[in-house]
Amino acid sequence: MHTVLRSRTREVVIGHDRPFCVIGERINPTGRAKFAEALRAGDLSQVVVDVERQVAAGAHVLDVNAGVPLTDEAELLAAVIKLVQEHTDLPLCIDSSVVEALSAGLAVYQGKALVNSVTGEDDRLAEILPLVKRHGAAVVALANDETGIPETAEQRLEITGKIVRVAVEEYGIPVEDIVIDPLAMTVGADTDAVNTTLETIRAIREAYGLNMCLGASNVSFGLPDRHALSAAFLPMAAAAGLTSAIMNALAPECVTAARAADLLLGNDPWGAAWIAAYRARRT
Amino acid sequence: MTEQEILQGLYDRTLVGDAPAVLDLTGRGLASGMAPETMLFDALIPSLEEVGARFERGDFFVPEMLIAGRAMAGAMEVLRPLLAQTGATSLGTFLMGTVKGDVHDIGKNLVNIMLEGAGFQVIDLGVQVAPEKFVAAIREHRPDIVGFSAFLTTTMPMFKANINALEKAGLRDQVIVMVGGAPVTQEYADAVGADGYAADASTAVRRAKELLAERRAMAGTSS
Repeated sequence: MHTVLRSRTREVVIGHDRPFCVIGERINPTGRAKFAEALRAGDLSQVVVDVERQVAAGAHVLDVNAGVPLTDEAELLAAVIKLVQEHTDLPLCIDSSVVEALSAGLAVYQGKALVNSVTGEDDRLAEILPLVKRHGAAVVALANDETGIPETAEQRLEITGKIVRVAVEEYGIPVEDIVIDPLAMTVGADTDAVNTTLETIRAIREAYGLNMCLGASNVSFGLPDRHALSAAFLPMAAAAGLTSAIMNALAPECVTAARAADLLLGNDPWGAAWIAAYRARRT
Repeated sequence: MTEQEILQGLYDRTLVGDAPAVLDLTGRGLASGMAPETMLFDALIPSLEEVGARFERGDFFVPEMLIAGRAMAGAMEVLRPLLAQTGATSLGTFLMGTVKGDVHDIGKNLVNIMLEGAGFQVIDLGVQVAPEKFVAAIREHRPDIVGFSAFLTTTMPMFKANINALEKAGLRDQVIVMVGGAPVTQEYADAVGADGYAADASTAVRRAKELLAERRAMAGTSS
């Protein structure tokens, strides 16, 4: 199954037979006080820096979040998306939990975006899926619902089934445009958190063959040497069936781990990309 | 074991989050006639304070803080009823919850651990706590402070909704309101009319103590 994302001029395909899709997480003011302050003051210069650095680091898609408290998020997100598209031809992942902001972002976006995100909650599905359909976008759907974060893979699989049913049957969204987030929680707060995530990934792949995307940095929250943990997690998740992650593209060990997984899992034939990356670094 | 050895053991084993050992030492302390207050104030609380200080310095990490908190909580289950009997008073009662629509709880749980470690009685309502549930719990428990936690910019507006609900219920003046969470700022806390904000768990405890002292001083001067 292939999820195709587009900018005006470039196409990125997410799939189990494709290189792992690295979605750069950096353009997000949460936890970046200075960046948030600049955005609020209308200074978007850091956005351009973040775009250029993530593109250079090998991101395939850029996540764009403009959730700054006490601002008009819709207006800000639209402005940031316009600016990002002036500086890169990578497709974008439009990230907000505010429906109006997603709507404003989709309205100015050129191409086929990935909307981040909907959940299995009835009201969220009813608010966001019509937008996704209208703009012909793809959508990240979190495998949780009104009852909170399900603790077991079975429950997450069940919610995935509901999302697929509603999106396809009620809204006519192509099944390949649904990207499930199997939910990565921090292993620092729950020793079995990653086991549950991996189990969920395997179950969703087997039952639906869908593409999946998660926030890889969650896994290492609150722990030292975070990049090393993410770099170990990504190939495990890719082997289980994860096809993309919103992740720290600026940590070379994380991006390298994803590229290594491509080669090891047969998605980089003859190691062409792996060898080319080595050669580029050497010169 | 001498009393000193038990206190040292409680301090050391809480610090490394060894819950079974802390529980065992608590039992030994009680069996040898030690006062619950002594174990709480001379071992458990100082240990948790050290955990918090190390966390703040970046020497301790989330799992270490969680297991230390769990070790202390195990001892408190035994000690709490005894402390109530002896009339030992807590620093104050802190009612805590993650706001409606938000399921994030790690930060809230860390703050709970530090508050309990500082001597507050903490009542945790969990996640997805609706305004009416906060109102009902304030009526029931009469806390000194209520804490609202939110991790998302989209759930932060629930602070205001909660405060409005407290006002409507006529409870706003009876309780100190503190807010926190990753995207929350002092400016935002001020904008929604909260009494206090802190960026991390240790600061939250300090701020809670300050606000409580201010409130009690005011009550003292007005009466």
